Order: sequence, then C-alpha cells, then structure tokens
Amino acid sequence: MSQTVAADPRPRQGTAVALTILALVLSVGAYLLVGLGKRGRVPVTLAVYGGIFAAGFIVVHLVIRRFAPRADPALFPVAGVLTGLGFAMIFRLSGGLAAEQATWIAVGLLCFVLTLVAIRDHRQLDAYTYTIGLLGLVLLLLPVVPGIGRTINGARLWVAIGPVTFQPSELGKVLIVVFLASYLNAKRELLSIATSGVGPLRIPPAKHLGPLIVAWATSLAVLFLEKDLGASLLYFAIFVVLLWVATGRAAYLVIGLVLFAAGAALGYAAFSHVQLRVDIWLHALDPQKIHALGYGQVAQAEFGMATGGLVGAGLGRGSPGLIPYASTDFIFAAIGEELGLFGTVAVLLLFVALVGKGIRAALDAGDGFGTLLATGLSAVLAIQAFVIVGGVTRVIPLTGVTLPFVSYGGSSLISNYLLLALLVRVSSGAAPGRGRSLLR
Amino acid sequence: MTAQIRRLGIAFVVLFVVLFAQINYIQVFGAEDLANNPANAQRQLIAEYSVDRGEILASDRKTVLATSRKSTGELKYQRRYPQGSLYATATGYYSFVYGKSGLERAYNDYLTGDAAELLPQTLADQVLGRPKRGGTVVTTIDPDLQQAAAHALGTQIGGVVAIQPSTGYVRALYSYPTYDPNLLASQRREQVVRAWKRLNDDPDKPMLSRAISELYPPGSTFKTVTSAAALADGNGIDSTWPNPHVLDLPQTTATIENFGGEYCPGGSRITLLQALTVSCNVVYAEVGLDVGAEKLAAQAHAFGFGPTTSGETLPFDIGWQHGVFPDAAYFNDRLPEVAISAIGQAQDLANPMQMALVAEAIANHGTEMRPRLVEEVRDQDGRVVTDFGPEEWGTPMSPRDASALTQMMIGVVQNGTGTAAQIPGVTVAGKTGTAQHGTGDEAPHAWFMCFSPDLDLAVAVVVVDGGSLGSEATGGQVAAPIARAVLEAANR
Repeated sequence: MSQTVAADPRPRQGTAVALTILALVLSVGAYLLVGLGKRGRVPVTLAVYGGIFAAGFIVVHLVIRRFAPRADPALFPVAGVLTGLGFAMIFRLSGGLAAEQATWIAVGLLCFVLTLVAIRDHRQLDAYTYTIGLLGLVLLLLPVVPGIGRTINGARLWVAIGPVTFQPSELGKVLIVVFLASYLNAKRELLSIATSGVGPLRIPPAKHLGPLIVAWATSLAVLFLEKDLGASLLYFAIFVVLLWVATGRAAYLVIGLVLFAAGAALGYAAFSHVQLRVDIWLHALDPQKIHALGYGQVAQAEFGMATGGLVGAGLGRGSPGLIPYASTDFIFAAIGEELGLFGTVAVLLLFVALVGKGIRAALDAGDGFGTLLATGLSAVLAIQAFVIVGGVTRVIPLTGVTLPFVSYGGSSLISNYLLLALLVRVSSGAAPGRGRSLLR
Repeated sequence: MTAQIRRLGIAFVVLFVVLFAQINYIQVFGAEDLANNPANAQRQLIAEYSVDRGEILASDRKTVLATSRKSTGELKYQRRYPQGSLYATATGYYSFVYGKSGLERAYNDYLTGDAAELLPQTLADQVLGRPKRGGTVVTTIDPDLQQAAAHALGTQIGGVVAIQPSTGYVRALYSYPTYDPNLLASQRREQVVRAWKRLNDDPDKPMLSRAISELYPPGSTFKTVTSAAALADGNGIDSTWPNPHVLDLPQTTATIENFGGEYCPGGSRITLLQALTVSCNVVYAEVGLDVGAEKLAAQAHAFGFGPTTSGETLPFDIGWQHGVFPDAAYFNDRLPEVAISAIGQAQDLANPMQMALVAEAIANHGTEMRPRLVEEVRDQDGRVVTDFGPEEWGTPMSPRDASALTQMMIGVVQNGTGTAAQIPGVTVAGKTGTAQHGTGDEAPHAWFMCFSPDLDLAVAVVVVDGGSLGSEATGGQVAAPIARAVLEAANR
C-alpha cells in the first residue's frame, strides 16, 4: 500500500482545534453540572480541575499539531470527552477520588505527550519485537510474584512497590499488542502457509506458531494464577483477532473459538468464583439471591440504570452511590442512572467513533506493522469496552476490566493514553521533520 | 489484511449493537419492572421522598391530619402529623425505615401523584419542572367526634368506632394507647429505630389498634345478632321464653347463669324485649339453642363476621380484622357452645369496628353500608377527582325486623342496662356487654354499641380489662358513657 503525500494539513488542524475545544467544554461542563446538581452551586474546585483539563487539553493539542499533524483530528477529543465524563461521574461520587483521578489524568496526558514526542515513527518499535514482548509478559505475570503481588477483589492483579500500588497488566497489555503486531507482521507469510493439519484446517510449522502458543498460554496462566477472567478473555481475543487479520486464514478464528470454549469450560469447572460469576450473570435478580454478595451489585447497577430511564435523573440528582464500585467497574451504570439512555448511548457511540478511527488508521497505515498495531490497539479498546459494558448490563458475566478513559484508576488511564498515543502516531504516520520516505 | 480489518470493524459494530439493545431494554422497555422490583426498595424510597406528598384531611376539609414539609436533609420532604397521636389508627405511619401503614399505605398512589386520576397534573408538573406533588385525601372522620372519643376513653385501653349508618362513613376511629407517627417520620435513622423499638417493646402495644385490629369476645353485645336471628326466625319482640334461674345446657352438666347469679326480672316467662333490656343470659341461651347453629351462624356472617380470622368479608379502606363466628358445622357436636355463643362468649370474637357495623346495619333499616374512611380525593390543585359515595354491602335484616330490634335496643337504654347512654331529647338505642375472657377470673371487657336515628350515628366502644373499674366493670358503667360522649358531640 502506498501513501500519497499528505494533503494540506490545515483543514484538519481547524477541525482538531474545534473538536478539542468541544471536548474541553463538554468535560468541564459535565463537571460543572455535577456541582450544580449535587449542591446547587458551582464547585469550589472549578479553577483547579478546570485548569488541569484546559492546560492538559491545550498542551496535548499543540503537541499533536507539532508531532502528529496528520492524525485523525477526532482521536484525542473523543478520548478527552470520555475522560471528562468519567471525571465528572467520579467527582459526583467522591471528591477524594476525583482529586486522585485528576492527578492521574494529568499524568496520563503527560505520558501521551512523552510517547508522541519520543516515538517519532511507530516503526521504531518494530525493531524491539522480542524485548517488548518479554517485557509485556513480565508485566503480566508480575503480580504472581510473592511478596509484591496483591489480591484485590479476588483478582491478583496488583503490585505494590513502596507506597505505590499499580496494575502492571494494563501496561503489559499494550506492550503485548505491540509485540504481536511486530511479530505477526514479520511472520505473516510464514503463518499463512499451512503445512500440516487436519482436513481443511491447516496450521503452519510449530516453530512459527511457537511464540504464539506461549503467548496464548500466558493468557490462561493469567486466568488461573491471577483469577482475572476479563484480562484473560481480552488477551486471548487479541491474539486470535490479530492472528486472523495478519494471515487472513479463518482457520485461526475457528481454532481460537474452540480453544476459547475449552478454556471457558475448564475455567468454569475448575473455579468456584467462575461459577459464581456465571450464576450472578444469569440470576442476579432472583429474589432468593439478590441480596447475596455479588448478586446485589449487579442488581443495583441495573436498578440504577432503570431509574435513569431515558434522560437520566440528572447529574448530581440520582443515587449512583447505591451502586457498589460505581467509580470503577460500574461507572457505566452510574452514568446510566444520572444521564439516562442518552448518556449511555453517547458513551457507546464515543467508543464506536474511537474504534472506528483506529480501524481507519489501520487501513490507511503505510506499512504492515502499523496496520496490525492500529488494529490491535483498536481491538483492545473495543473488546475491553464491550466486556465491561456487557458485564454491567448482563449481556455476559461480569469481569473486572475497566472502561477505558472513563473508570477511575491510574494504571488504566496511563496505559490507555499510551495506547492512544500509539494510535495517534500510526494515524499520523511519521512525525514531520524526519525526511524519510514513507514507503517501506 | 484489509478485508479482515473491515470485517473486524463490522464485528465490533455488531457487538456494540448488542450492547445498545440491552441498555435499551434496561433503561426503556424494561425500566418500569426493574424500578418496581422489591429489592430496589432504597431507590423507590428516595424517589418517593422527593415527592411533595399530598395531605390527609379530616372531613371538615380543614383539619390537617398529615402533611409534607420541605426538609434540608437527604430526603427532600418531611412528613408531619400536626394532630400527633390522635388520628394514628387512620393515617398510619410513613417512615423511610419501616415503610407505611394505614391510609399512608392504602392511598399511597394518590398521595404521591401516581394514581391514574392524578397523572395529567403530575405530567404537567414534570414538564414544567415543578417538584412532583401528590393529591389530597379527605377522610370521613369528624374531628369533634374524634376528640370526644379520645377525651372520654382517656387512659383506659380500648377502642372507639363511630359510623354514619346512612352512608357507611366512619366518623370516629380511635384506639388507646396510641402513638405519635411523627416519631417514625423522622429522617434520622437512629431516632426512628429507637422510637420503633420503644413502641414495640411497650407491653401495652400502642401500635395495635383496639378499634380495628384486635379481637375480643363481644359478650352481651352479641345478643343483638342473636336477636336478629330470632326475629328473622319468626319470633316477635313479644314472644315469651322460659326464665329459669339457671339454664341446664344439653349434652353437658354445665349451666348458664345470669350476671351476678341473679334472676332476670319479669316472672317465670319474659318477652324477648324484656330479655334484651336486662341482658338476660339464660333466655338468650335458650334463644340461641332454639334458633339453631345454622341460622345463628348465617346471621352473624350476614353482619360481616367471618367463619375464621382469615379471609376478607367487608372491604375497608385500610386493613382491619373482621369479627369471628364459626361455621355452623363447627357446632355439630358442640350443642352447648351454641348457647354460649349466643351470648357472645365461646368462640365469638369482635372489635368496635365490627360491632359498629352491626349497629349501623340495624340503624339503616337492615341494610349494611360498606364502611368508608375516605370521602374524596382531590388533585394537586384542589379539584375533586374522585368521590367515594355510599355503597351498600349487604342486607342482614329486613326493615321490619330492624325496626323491631331498634325498639328493643331503645328499651335497653331507656330502662335497662344502658341507661348511662341516655341523652335528653335524643333517641338512643344500644346494648351493653361485659365479656368474660381468658380463665374468667380476669377483669372483663366492657362493651357498648349503640345508634341514634335522630343523629344518624352508630357508635361501638370496647374498654379492655374493665378500664378504670377493673373487675367491677360493666359495659353500662364503663363503656356506655364513652359512647354517649361521642353522640353528644354529634348533637352539638
């Protein structure tokens, strides 16, 4: 695929400015409305938080303008609105959490900027395939290490070093995608050739498939050792998706589905907490069970969303505090309660837009690695959003993944902004001033 | 790759469509069911407390029994009961911890503005951004009669019910001890919990309404029912009956005596009229045996007594416990009990509400009107939206028999056990009751039921365990003056 010389970037810049301003207005506006709805007055922290958002968004916009001018102008603003909406909800739930979230947003935006500046061309990453892969694997499995691993809410996903507690798997997730994109891009043809196999399903030689099996096994290890259904579902899905996209062979999809089913069945049979999650998914509203731990949470989320109805109870007017974990897993339900169907659909559409832009970036990327990278990163966002919203709304059993950009959580915000930075980079192509040919 | 990526994009869209469909269900199509799920009580309460709950008024349309005031707490409105404990039986309580009772519960839809008749105004309020308001419930209670009942009963444990026979409207509904619903309406949880505990731990059970929720043996007041059965069976008020000192009961060595072991005055045979006037146990036992279990049971049930404590006989705006008289089949091998039941003991059970209903049926020429506690409901702007008019429930007596029984009951008040209920210039018909209960050694319950055709009012009173007179109590001494006080209040 060849990429034509970029058209005049100025119209895109105009759009970018407008969208960024819109994102800022919506974010600060939502936060303002929360204050008005909750207390009837403008929040006292307006200057501080408003300032952080304004400064952050403006700086990011300028950095994008300088370092990734050809990027889709909507990519950052959409993520920005999601971040702002999430922040407003968290502020509505707790001033303390809001202060922390504001800090993490600032850090996340900083990481975004640094990534964009440090990585002028996404192909730089292509050179470090195995290093990145290994690092990602280490990060994924870090919580298993005794001494620094911590189990929170049944999942051993956290690592505590000194005063800081973070989720290395969030970062590891991004690195794994980079690894996969790089590896699969290199081995694309080799993996497309099937030499051995059964019937119409043919698979390539083991040595090429090897690292993939390792990576797949890791996802199962995450499930079994760390007890995180959501993360393992995510990794597994990413592998299968990227493998299929890279090779074009539907066989991988089929095998993937079979393996997933097998893994799910195994998990169900082996773990009582998996069985519990499935039972909660199916029977959360059962009057006998509804007050039990776990069931009540999911039931409250549904009640909250139902109370919201079409237009919601109003920011600051509902009772999202009745929903457990409203700032993390169930933040979507809290949005549903206060902003109604309009709010939840808006969030979904924002994700659709974000993923759509990512896919577009993948299709327009000038190189295989870029395409696969953008595809993988978009898939992460799409699948993660689907998994958590689906879990909260009982389309699928609930798992503990966060809603990207919206949920409270430093590790999540930082890794998602890192992910966004990479997407913006691919979308834009190499930073100007490089002088290298864009064609491989 | 391109083709796969495009398909992947479509797959993602499909995933999101699935989510979209589900949230549509949760937030739109299935929202009402979810919101009303009983486990969602907290949100339902919070929603309820954001409503400017409608007022409950007495029948004078001025006295406010329950109202809503804006509050600064987490719950936006506070329920207040300006009359305190006086109307507790009728209004019930409204508590965010313990829910609702009485009219607060039964008419909740009207008080919150959710009732069908109030919806137009409720929607208008919603559109105009006004807080949700409830409609006004106008009760049938007359504040003067209610005050008179409370004052007369004083600190004796018991209940008073007054019903207007021509309409069935309940004009007084009082029980002592009573409680102040304001205590349970507080928004401070610890206060409410403490008050609830105190009320429930009180051995006198202030939250149990003696007027409508408890049951006691009616004693001689039940002779009115027995009389009705006898009259319907063809016995006139002048029919004569043997008048022994003591009645030997069939199938047993037990006997029935009169009050205090006395003879009923009038000779060796007395009329039905004379027997009721002096409340003659011996004669009424005979009457009961003569009429027979089947007709006696049928008559009792026709007045609203039920065969058991469960099941509904007469509908009423708030929950109440109807009187009990067993099915005829119960007496198949229990002939002596027929005699004892005829004088209001054995398995007979009643409360002031039940006996007031008997009285109003007699007063209303034999037609028993359905009791009503609510006269009308108004919308948020004060316009009447529903008018609950009088409704006939049944015809336990023929007009001729009712007239005869009325005469007998006038006799009770003029020359019999009920003289304490006389009011100069007013015709009063009544019946006393002094009911044994438990082992028979406890102080009896003092009863009085009456009506005045002049005043169009029927009243029934029970004073538990004899009230201030204890074991010396009789219905005539303890309960009749209370009923008279209520009638006098109506006479003003």
